[in-house]
Amino acid sequence: MRRRLGESWWRALSGAGLDQQRWRSWPAWTRRAIKATVALVAGLVLIALFGVWSSSALAIAAAVLVLVVPSWDRLRVGGRPVGKWIPGLAVLGIAVAYPYYLDSMPQMPVFGPFPAVSTMVVMAIFAMMAIGLNFVVGYAGLLDLGYVAFYAMGAYMAAWFASDQFSNKHINLGAVGLFPGWAGIHLTIWLVLPMAGIATAIVGVIIGLPTLRLRGDYLAIVTLGFGEIMPQVAQNGNDLFGFNLTNGTGGITPVDGPGFGNWAQANLHLLANYLNAGNFDAVFFWTALVLVLIAVFCSSRLRDSRLGRAWVAIREDETAAAAMGIPLMRTKTWAYATGAFFGGVAGAYYASYRSGTFPDDFKFNISVFILCMVILGGMGNIWGVIFGACFLAYLNQEGLANTGAWINAHFHSNIQVPNYEFGIYGVIIVLVMLFRPEGLIPSSRNAAELHEGVHDEPLYDVQQGGGLPEAAA
Amino acid sequence: MSGVLLETHALRKEFGGLVANHDVDFVVPEGSIVSLIGPNGAGKTTFFNMLTGVYKPTAGRVFFAGEDMTGKPPHAYTQRGIGRTFQNIRLFQNMTALENVLVGMHTRLKGNLFEAILRTPRVRREETAARDRARELLDFCGLHRRAEIVGRNLSYGDQRRLEVARALATQPKLLLLDEPTAGMNPQETAEFTEFVAVLRAERGLAVLLIEHDMRVVMGVSDRVTVLDYGEKIAEGTPVEIQKDERVIEAYLGSGAVSA
Repeated sequence: MRRRLGESWWRALSGAGLDQQRWRSWPAWTRRAIKATVALVAGLVLIALFGVWSSSALAIAAAVLVLVVPSWDRLRVGGRPVGKWIPGLAVLGIAVAYPYYLDSMPQMPVFGPFPAVSTMVVMAIFAMMAIGLNFVVGYAGLLDLGYVAFYAMGAYMAAWFASDQFSNKHINLGAVGLFPGWAGIHLTIWLVLPMAGIATAIVGVIIGLPTLRLRGDYLAIVTLGFGEIMPQVAQNGNDLFGFNLTNGTGGITPVDGPGFGNWAQANLHLLANYLNAGNFDAVFFWTALVLVLIAVFCSSRLRDSRLGRAWVAIREDETAAAAMGIPLMRTKTWAYATGAFFGGVAGAYYASYRSGTFPDDFKFNISVFILCMVILGGMGNIWGVIFGACFLAYLNQEGLANTGAWINAHFHSNIQVPNYEFGIYGVIIVLVMLFRPEGLIPSSRNAAELHEGVHDEPLYDVQQGGGLPEAAA
Repeated sequence: MSGVLLETHALRKEFGGLVANHDVDFVVPEGSIVSLIGPNGAGKTTFFNMLTGVYKPTAGRVFFAGEDMTGKPPHAYTQRGIGRTFQNIRLFQNMTALENVLVGMHTRLKGNLFEAILRTPRVRREETAARDRARELLDFCGLHRRAEIVGRNLSYGDQRRLEVARALATQPKLLLLDEPTAGMNPQETAEFTEFVAVLRAERGLAVLLIEHDMRVVMGVSDRVTVLDYGEKIAEGTPVEIQKDERVIEAYLGSGAVSA
């Protein structure tokens, strides 16, 4: 289908005097310039047609052209490859400044206004989770359908160590914004985040040890099981042997917000308490950006390391990987634990942002949702995964509701579009699988594989325990 | 040729009711080239898989350099110094030739997760050294200028060579080659035979070879072992094997000897 579409596209173009060979003969930046210009002109025309024109749309178009067209990676200053950093840093700068220029942004056709800063916080948090899941699914090739378990673990870590939940304790370590006469354990969020990550990584190892011995579909089923167990425990954990661990369906609320305390505000100009800030959402957004940056940093460093190569080798061919001396269980467990770590940190941060942890947030569909982000963006590619996460999280938070409002206003219908969210995500995934199975921004490795098919015939005789190399050690 | 490198005692493998290997005793002396031959389905590859930990033997023991390796996982065998190639090429198809070799070095490198994230000077040095060594290995195996090509895009002969390079990257004492010349033309086969001899001469490797091409087997081996229906039916120097009646019978059918 994809091929036929491509062919008819080129037939139409060569009718207009531009055949594929001629196109290929042009330098890369020319091709990028033409592609970007065509896309941007189409976008601008759409904005004008839909009557949401604003002159800032031209500024956006100019920014995109400057970022996309030149071959930045060739730029060298004093022999150092500075150029490759420029697009990334520019995107980061644009993201950091987002809360300041949001008001002057044009509206998007159909989708309505650009996402609010609060939505951007959620997008960043989901981007972090998607980066975490990408370790497991994209790098090591282990299908995990229970990633929500890690999200839940992180969120409950925040709820336990930064709320009134354990009211018979009175512990305060750097927490901000407490009422007098506080009860419970209150650690500063800056400590809770790494704690949540580490605790979640440990949970990942505990879940991983029995499950990662399985291959393919079996692994998916078992992770799905763990993804179901976690919210059940959360829901029924208000009376675990007489101990109220999770406060049941009511959830745990409020959870402390982040902040650096009064001393830091007076001396270092850091915010004392995020919850008291006038630009509440913006500071949460910037902090989330820092967390995403850390995740991206770890992810890209690991990808090019001994461990990252071992993960990819396992994804490519487990048997050959084992024969090359890669301990399968240990290596997979590392992937699982690393993925879990970022899921946990993201969960804890989200709990702090929403000031609460509720078992209803940890349903199976969240696992699928995060997996969709990874698949849509492009398994194994960090930027793809971030894009997928931002796009789907945006649809979930605002996009679908805005689209529904637009449809209802223009067609005098009464469709509750957000009610069909998972149907819509399903259609998106099916379309991506049909036309671009490697994802929107694929990693160079996966692209070829998904177009030409995979070959990995298992060699282990599972019955004999041959597939469980670590079991005997 | 001093000690014994690899030794099996009554190694047996059953798949359900089928006895794929019937109590095989087998020895590879240090620095020797030993061939394992036999008709199709004689259990050669099964035997190989037991020598690398991929299959766990039903009974019997495997010793490598004096250590009992029975029941250990595949990576433990690789760590101790057994490198292998596969009968049907099993490269990491979407990784470059260089990366394939680097994966082979896995057990000889040390960088862990935290060092990788921080990219400590030690890890950086290790990585640079590993890449240099990987390029040397590629050159040694006749893959100059192929380093950045993805496994799937290499020609068949180069894929076979890369499999050997990857196995050598594990720094083996014993190299197991499973039908390395399958699909090669006579000239490539001759070159490969020479290459195996060079491996032993330059690197002091012992080589265990599964092979169908008798010119390779007879040309390069110190000793030959013949399997038929999972049983060892003969063992000896190439000259002895060529005269052995049971071997001729197994290959040509009964009656061939008397005729």
